[in-house]
Formats: sequence, structure tokens, C-alpha cells
Amino acid sequence: MLDIKDLQARIGETEILRGLTLNVKAGEVHAIMGPNGSGKSTLAQVVAGHEDYEVTGGSVQFKGKDLLELAPEERAREGIFLGFQYPVEIPGVNNAYLLKAAVNAKRQHQGLDEIDAFEFLKLAREKMALLEMDPKFLNRGVNEGFSGGEKKRNEILQMAMLEPDLAILDETDSGLDIDALKAVANGVNALRSPDRAIILVTHYQRLLDYIEPDFVHVLSAGRIIRSGDKSLALELEKKGYEWVREAANA
Amino acid sequence: MSTESENIEELVNRRYAHGFVTDIASEGLPPGLNEDVVRAISALKEEPEFMLEWRLRAYRQWLEMVEPEWAHVHYPRIDYNSISYYSAPKSDKDRPKSLDEVDPKLLETYDKLGIPLHERARLAGVAVDAVFDSVSVATTFKKKLSEAGVIFCSFSEAVKNHPELVRKYLGTVVPQRDNFFAALNSAVFSDGSFVYIPKGVRCPMELSTYFRINAANTGQFERTLIVADEGSHVSYLEGCTAPMRDENQLHAAVVELVALKDAEIKYSTVQNWYPGDENGVGGIYNFVTKRGDCRGANSKISWTQVETGSAITWKYPSCILRGNNSVGEFYSVAVANNYQQADTGTKMIHIGRNTRSTIVSKGISAGHAQNAYRGLVRVMPQAQGARNHTQCDSLLIGKECGAHTFPYMEIKNPSARIEHEATTSKISADQLFYCRQRGISEEDAVNMIVNGFCKEVFNELPMEFAVEAQALLNVSLEGAVG
Repeated sequence: MLDIKDLQARIGETEILRGLTLNVKAGEVHAIMGPNGSGKSTLAQVVAGHEDYEVTGGSVQFKGKDLLELAPEERAREGIFLGFQYPVEIPGVNNAYLLKAAVNAKRQHQGLDEIDAFEFLKLAREKMALLEMDPKFLNRGVNEGFSGGEKKRNEILQMAMLEPDLAILDETDSGLDIDALKAVANGVNALRSPDRAIILVTHYQRLLDYIEPDFVHVLSAGRIIRSGDKSLALELEKKGYEWVREAANA
Repeated sequence: MSTESENIEELVNRRYAHGFVTDIASEGLPPGLNEDVVRAISALKEEPEFMLEWRLRAYRQWLEMVEPEWAHVHYPRIDYNSISYYSAPKSDKDRPKSLDEVDPKLLETYDKLGIPLHERARLAGVAVDAVFDSVSVATTFKKKLSEAGVIFCSFSEAVKNHPELVRKYLGTVVPQRDNFFAALNSAVFSDGSFVYIPKGVRCPMELSTYFRINAANTGQFERTLIVADEGSHVSYLEGCTAPMRDENQLHAAVVELVALKDAEIKYSTVQNWYPGDENGVGGIYNFVTKRGDCRGANSKISWTQVETGSAITWKYPSCILRGNNSVGEFYSVAVANNYQQADTGTKMIHIGRNTRSTIVSKGISAGHAQNAYRGLVRVMPQAQGARNHTQCDSLLIGKECGAHTFPYMEIKNPSARIEHEATTSKISADQLFYCRQRGISEEDAVNMIVNGFCKEVFNELPMEFAVEAQALLNVSLEGAVG
């Protein structure tokens, strides 16, 4: 589904990704781990199309299309979802309104009719129950005055509504207490399916106790230096990132 | 007095020999402003003596006044002698014969605004008998209004048919010499609207200039007077969202509202005069004096405005809270894009006891535009228990525009409670990327954020107007990003 080859990207003069290769197939869950500054979030932003990052080499194919050719909104409509590490507040814009606009943008792209208000509300309430969210959230401004945990749940709600083919969750576990973490994990697990891929960008193994990955990759200095199954995450937790780096250099 | 006026009359008769008036009616007045012109306008309108006197007084006062320069706007000096103060209604000959002859750009905008096909012809000034339904609709409305005793007509008609009301109220809220542009308007105003709601009557419908027959060509100096008698209620809509073009660059309107005891007036404006092109060429100068007088106890006046047009907007719809417990409100959205300049706000003058006022102002600047909020809250010594809440928010789109806030407060009674909140925010790249990542185009994202920003004001607009205003805002900010 997602085929990244030798990807190089920089922000300003700073090179961050230096030849990253990653292949993600439908149905798979990948965890990307690595120390601060290794390029995890950059990878997420570049795939989503953030214009502050300049791609200087390599290629990214998504469902057979050249992803780098597409604007951020086109990538989203094609089925890429990014759960932000720091979801931004948009005061005055109703949460339900944004959600509905997003759902309809995608539906329009797929040649479907707009969702009717009734159906939309029903669907949103269902998903919110799963995430243990108060339906009142729908009527608040987008992330306006939300706590850290509420913002993250809101990201997962959007994902659940948009049913993306590929979801990239950037540090979704950071700043969550254990109840919120479980609720978020429930939301993500509910979305696991043979046609869908998920990339979890995370710092800690803790999230992976609740969302079990098929593959774990370690990122260092803009490159994947080691890949394995979920046991790699456990090993990392014990031995630290230094261990992988030394092993890679050896 | 009598010899002087005789002399003047002579002069008028000499210069404008019979027949000339008809010429003017079909050809308009030549450019220039002097007493003769004022007389000619009054004569054309077949006004009674008191109106002519009133106009002449205003003209003489205007002559002694100086054009103000304190606003945060810049424009070349206006040559008041190069303006024609009476332009004739366009004859059907000069109008486009069908929509095919209308500027396609204009039609495109109608399309974006969702203006029904049958209305486009009227708005574009097409000379069809297709000014169709609105006439019959208006007739039905007129009947309903007259049953309720409501007077709603053009200002000229009011001068003819209800001179006692005009005489009693005209200039009592905005005196002739109130300011330079009000004085000019008082001298030469062409037409406008007049509304009188009798005691205890709740006007059975929203009054809109749209339904006032002969509304076309009220010209650049419009005069509106609304009187709500004791215990009455009226909601008045001015303007429309369709883009209005006009060859006259200077617009100096005056609006006066009078609310007597227990009366309520709600005045909503959508202003979309031609703003000039992307480079700031052309466009209307909109210098307006709007003021409401809460003359009786427990009265209420509420201004709601959505200002998107004009090259320069300079206006401060105000409330004089004279009656005890009277209430003044001002809700405003002012958009300035490209090279537009807006200096707008309000004045709340608290005179009566326990008077309350609310100000909510939302300024949006994009392109190279400058947007200023200027507001005065004055609490007089006798205004025991006055309260004001002001909220003043600015939103910036892009790097070249500016937002300015000039709040003035003059509080002369220690019991007053005054609150002022102000914010300035930008549409951030992060917000846009967030929306785009959810599949929403950049333009839609901007619209969404802007509409969210303005929601408090849109909520105050009558339902239909609110929907149109939203569409209008989107069109006004088109291309503001990117």
C-alpha cells in the first residue's frame, strides 16, 4: 500500500530523512520507534504532505500513485490520515462541522453523495461511545480548550469517521493517562482490518501493549537501522536505543 | 428673509427656466455644488418649503466645515465640485437588454453567491419587464403593512405624504452640522427610506429596501429615517449581498433611528459596494453616519453589520442611550481584502440610568488591507448603573495586512461597569495544514475558520441574511491565501 524508497527530506538547511525505505502492506500495523530527533515525526509529516519539508530524493508510492505529486488534501482524500502529535486549536469552528466537512470532502472525491445530517450524527455518536467521549464534544470548537487526552481522542474520532486506508498516528500515546490510552487503543484496534494499514510513531513500548504491531522499526538519523517483530520493542525497552545503534554500526 | 428668499427664487427661476427641471430629470445635474444645485434638487422632488430651508441651512453649515482627517484611511482629496449631485435614473435604452450583455465576471459572482436566476436580471439592472415578481410581492407586502398601520416608503414620498412626521424627527438624531459628510448629505440627499411604526405595533415582517419600489437609484446621498413609536418593534434590512456597482465614487449616507418608550429597532446591514480591483483601483468611498436614539425608557436599538465592500468604509453606527434602562447593541463583521481600508466601530453614549450596551466587533484583514476598529463608550455623570461589554477581535490573513484598535472610554459616573476584551489572531499555517490533512481544501479551510470567527455576529442576523452573509464572506476573501 505504501512504498517508500530511499526517501530524503529536509527542513530549511537541516537534513532529516537520509534514505529511508519502508514498505507497508494492507492489514499490517507498523511501529516506528527511535530517539528524539531521529526523524519519526518528519516521516509522518512528509507522507501527509507538509509543505515546510522539502523532499530532496527518493520516492513514495501510495496505492500505486506517486504520493509526492499530490497536495495534502488530495492525499487525505485518497485515504491517508495523520493523527497529529499536537492537534491545533481552531476557535469558533464547530468540531462537528469540521468532521462533516472532512467526511464529505472524501465522499465527494469518491463520487458519493454528501452524508445527511442524521446519518452523520448517528455515526459520530457510535464512534464517540467507543472512545468514551462525551457527545457534547461535537458542539465545541475544534480542540478549543481540550485537555491533552481530549485532543488525542478527538484525533482518533476523526480517524474513525474518515476510515482511512492508511493511518499514521504520531505520538498519539504521549501525554495520555492509562484510561485515555486504553480508550485510544480501543479506537485504533476497532479500525484494524485486512484492507487497512496503520503506522504508529511512538517513543515508548507502552502503547504497543495495547496495540500489537506486526513490525517494529527503529529509526536513527533519518534511516531505519533495524526492523523486527514486536519483540524488538521489548528488547529496546530493556536495552535502550544505544544498543541498536551500536549493533547497526558494528 | 423674505427678500432674500425671493431673490434666490428669482435666481433659480432665471437659471432653471421652466422645462429645465425636466431636462435635469432625464439628464441629471451638471457637476458642481452651490445653492442653486440644492434648490434644484428640492424643486425636482417637489418638496415643501420647510425641506428646502432645511437643506439650505445644512449647505451653509457645510460650507464652513472642514473635511475630517482623523480616520485611519487614506484617499486623494475629493473635489466636491466635480461631482454631479443628481443623476437621472437610467433609461431602459442604456440598460443591458439581457443577461448576455452583462459583465460575465459579475454573473460569476452571482453564481457563487447562489442568487436565484430571476433576481440576477434585476440586480444587474437589466431592462426587462422581468422586474417581475418583486413588484407584485411588494404590493402584497404593502397591503399587509398598511393594515398594521406601518408606513414604509421612499423618503421623497414621506416628505410629500407625511410631512409632519418628517419635520418632527428629521435631523433630531444626526443634526445637520453633526459632521462634514452628514452636513453634505443633509443638503443634497437624493432619496432613501422612511419607516414609521405606530404605537404598540409589532411590524409583521422584516422590512427590506429590497421590497421598496423605486429603490433603484437612490443615489450616492441616501437618507433613512426610522421611527418606532411607543411599544413598537421593527427589524429592518439594508443592502443586499449581491455586488453593487455604482459610477459614483463617494457615498455619504445618513441613517437616523428613533426608538420611543419600550420600542425596539433592529437594523441589519450587508454592505457590498464595489471595493475596487485587486490593485486598489476604483471602488466606493463609503462615508456613512448612522445613529440611533433610544429616546424613551426601556427602548432598544441593535445594529448588526456585515461590511465587505467599498474601497474605504468609514462608519460608526451608534446608540444614544437616553431613556432609562435602554439597551444599545452593535455587532459587526468588517472584511478588508486587497487594498481596502475600513475604519469602523460604534459609539455608545450612556445618558439614562441602568443603560446597557454590548459591542461585538470582528475585523478581518487580508491582502494589503487595513482594518481599524474605533469605538467610544461614554458614560455621562447622570447615567447611574451603566454597563458596557466590548469584545473586539481581529483576524489577519497573510503578512501584508494590518489590524488596528482604537477604543475610547469616557466614564464620568463611578457606578459604571465597563469591560473590554480584545484579541488579534492569525490564520496559522498549522491550522490550514490540519484542515487540509482532513481533506478540506485550503480555500474551504479559510472560509471555515473565518466563519467560525464571525459566528457570534452572524447569529444576530436574520436567518436568511446570515446564510447569504456567509457566502458573501467567502467570495470576498477569495484568493486571500496562497
